[in-house]
Amino acid sequence: MEDFLIRAFLAGLGVVLLAGPLGCFIVWRRMAYFGDSLAHNALLGVALGLLLGIDLSLGVIAGSAMLAAFLLAMQQQKQIASDTLLGLMAHSGLALGLVVLSFFESLRIDLLSYLFGDILAVSTTELIWVYVSALVGLVVLIAIWRPLLAVTVHEDLARAEGVAVWPTRLAFVLLIAIVISIAMKIVGILLITAMLIIPAATARRFAETPEQMAVLAVVAGAVAVFCGLAGSVVWDTPSGPSVVVAAFLGFLASLAAGGLRRRLGSGPSSAS
Amino acid sequence: MPGVSVDRGGAMTGSPLASHSAGGEPLVDCDDITVRLGDRPVLEKVSIVVQPGEIVTLIGPNGSGKTTLVRTILGLQTPQGGRIRRRPGLKIGYVPQRLSIDPILPLTVRRFLRLGGKHDEIVLQRAIDEVGGSDLMLRQIGQLSGGELQRMALARALLRQPDLLVLDEPLQGVDFTGQLALFNLIDRVRQNRGCGVLMVSHDLHLVMKGTDRVFCLNRHICCSGQPETVSRHPEYLALFGPRAEESLAVYAHSHDHDHALSGEVVTLPGAGRASDGPAKGRPHGGGAEGTSE
Repeated sequence: MEDFLIRAFLAGLGVVLLAGPLGCFIVWRRMAYFGDSLAHNALLGVALGLLLGIDLSLGVIAGSAMLAAFLLAMQQQKQIASDTLLGLMAHSGLALGLVVLSFFESLRIDLLSYLFGDILAVSTTELIWVYVSALVGLVVLIAIWRPLLAVTVHEDLARAEGVAVWPTRLAFVLLIAIVISIAMKIVGILLITAMLIIPAATARRFAETPEQMAVLAVVAGAVAVFCGLAGSVVWDTPSGPSVVVAAFLGFLASLAAGGLRRRLGSGPSSAS
Repeated sequence: MPGVSVDRGGAMTGSPLASHSAGGEPLVDCDDITVRLGDRPVLEKVSIVVQPGEIVTLIGPNGSGKTTLVRTILGLQTPQGGRIRRRPGLKIGYVPQRLSIDPILPLTVRRFLRLGGKHDEIVLQRAIDEVGGSDLMLRQIGQLSGGELQRMALARALLRQPDLLVLDEPLQGVDFTGQLALFNLIDRVRQNRGCGVLMVSHDLHLVMKGTDRVFCLNRHICCSGQPETVSRHPEYLALFGPRAEESLAVYAHSHDHDHALSGEVVTLPGAGRASDGPAKGRPHGGGAEGTSE
């Protein structure tokens, strides 16, 4: 196999390692649109990184964190509904990012790779960056796992039981920012949310516990990365979208398999 | 655990207030609590006291500030005015309103209970036995009925070995016979553990059945006292209408049987008198059925 393909697969695997468990929480907490809004604004983060002359991944993380803080603050007001606000920010951020980036002549060519990813062009340095970010993210996620789960089930109850809700939520949002910064290279800004929620949704059918679902989401994501990349080589299709299509096919297969399991009388939730 | 142990005898229904003063220091003492959410005043100079071992019920129409008061007592909401005194070392068990868990989250009952904190297996087993849920432990929480879910939430609150149980609309989403069973369970827990209970309800007839004291809330405390007294108070009647008057009459009749938690009929010893049995879903309180509210 070619080197660039191995790097691409390893990079995808690194992203999925963090995106799988994190995506489960996004699904459980019904934050798909929140994640989408942050992802769409990653382009602004790229612009921020270019303007400040810092690493683009750091720019994306900083930009996402600022937007998240803004969104959380705005959610305290009651005049504009939360989904309107998220949609508004998602698309305004994307549009603004495109406009700002158009001022950087050199970037016009790279624009498509930001929007749809360029997994086949991942360098060794980028690969290391992906794994460092993913592993740091995983460690943080494991550290906040129980409080985050408690907050997900019921925030007031968790708070009454002594969980430090705000630090937990803050850490969670930062993790989303991290996963966006590394997933951007793989599937691109427009499709990041897909890699967060599709593997998680696929895993649900076969999971009895939150941890099982997280692990199965990683497996589903890894399979999608492998099949998507293979498909993109064989049929010469764009790699990022191919990975997402593979993930979606996996989800459809899980629906069928789940239905079959239920017919055989051993559905996932009938628990032994 | 050196918790309070107030001997309640076997009393199922409201007992004289005098018995509570023996408990000593109040569990919670709220003095002139004022809360505004944004510009909207939600609570105005509300004072409420919960003594060890008593069941206090908070009733009031929608938007009257019941949940805000509960959140304030729990320390989840900071009041703009007034003072709250909690007994030093007070442990509160909280059962929130409408606990609904999205089925996309795979979570067994056992895991749900353990989310509340680390507890000994013995403590866990005791709480489970108390609410009658040992056969539910491996079930997915999303598949429980409303009554089962409320019992599990109660078990999670009991794990903390609370001095005070705070239950926000515990009977909501529970079918009618289940409500009776759940209410009896709460009363039994109170007797076994000697803990105080602060309960929010808009369910008048059940409130009347077993509460020691009722606070009627509509941003301020309209009236308070023993259920019989409150139910005749003009402000209470003004809030809840003429239907409220019948709430006592509805449950004044005696039953020849009771329902266990799982719903089966349990014959009460010594109950020979024939009666029309428990209501099936509506209070059979006479002509009030047709009146509009």
